[in-house]
Amino acid sequence: MLTNNKSNVFVKRRVLVMFATLLLFWLMLQGSLGFDVIFIGILVAGLIAYLYPSGLSFFTEFRATPEAFKAGFRYYAYFFKELVKSNIRLASVVLSPSLPINPGIVKVRTKLKSKMGRLMLANSITLTPGTLTVELKDEWIYVHWVLMESDDIEAATREIVSGFESYLEVMYG
Amino acid sequence: MSAFIDFLGGLSLLAGSAFLLFGGLGLVRMPDIFNRIQAGTKTTTLGTLLTLLGAAMLHPEWSLKLLLIGVFLIFTNPLSSQVTACTAHYRGIKKSSLTKVDRLADDESESMEKSVSKNPDSEHKDKEEAEL
Repeated sequence: MLTNNKSNVFVKRRVLVMFATLLLFWLMLQGSLGFDVIFIGILVAGLIAYLYPSGLSFFTEFRATPEAFKAGFRYYAYFFKELVKSNIRLASVVLSPSLPINPGIVKVRTKLKSKMGRLMLANSITLTPGTLTVELKDEWIYVHWVLMESDDIEAATREIVSGFESYLEVMYG
Repeated sequence: MSAFIDFLGGLSLLAGSAFLLFGGLGLVRMPDIFNRIQAGTKTTTLGTLLTLLGAAMLHPEWSLKLLLIGVFLIFTNPLSSQVTACTAHYRGIKKSSLTKVDRLADDESESMEKSVSKNPDSEHKDKEEAEL
């Protein structure tokens, strides 16, 4: 009985989160806060969230604690810094006449358990310096690395995963 | 003040297009599909984000919609590259001779060998074929 109750609360929370995300996107797309806009938004977002409660959305497994929000902000700051760094490094590789690349596909391991956390980690790896996620299998992530430094699992994990993992662990677990 | 913001917007547009240009150059110069995807993903993400930022500075009334486009871009762009890379690897598309290690291919062939040795039928078939 207790477990049933718990899972019920979980489903309700998912529906609510889905509803809020959809409504937010709708309002951003409309760019106005008129009564008719909000009314239609609530109607349609409610219907979709009710019909598809299992859909994965941005906040699905987000832990709504102050620490998680703080980690979220730090995560995005770190993410944009890495994105700019990766672009500058790639530009320098592409522009140098000798094309100094050293590619390889390495294997790394993640501590994250949640679906959304792993998805975010894989996406972040793809957008950071010289790394591209090729395949996700349970806790293993296969990464194509343009400027490979080491094919050792431990060393590659430290180099590629750790930076993002520490933030995502707080946000999604 | 607005002239200054216009200037910043123009600068952002210029930087965005520069990164997109490097991405295009990377597509031409890189030796194999995986390296090309790398060049394509990163530069198009930052290049397009900077272009959107520039557009938002020049037309502030568009900024909410442009932000939304940016959010979708950040989420869909790496995902599509990952799926492309995964499919390319699965179909055995040739890698550049510069590639040093391929852990994914190693693991795949290992699990393949295991499943073959576990299955006596397939061994039997192989023998039959050899005899024929």
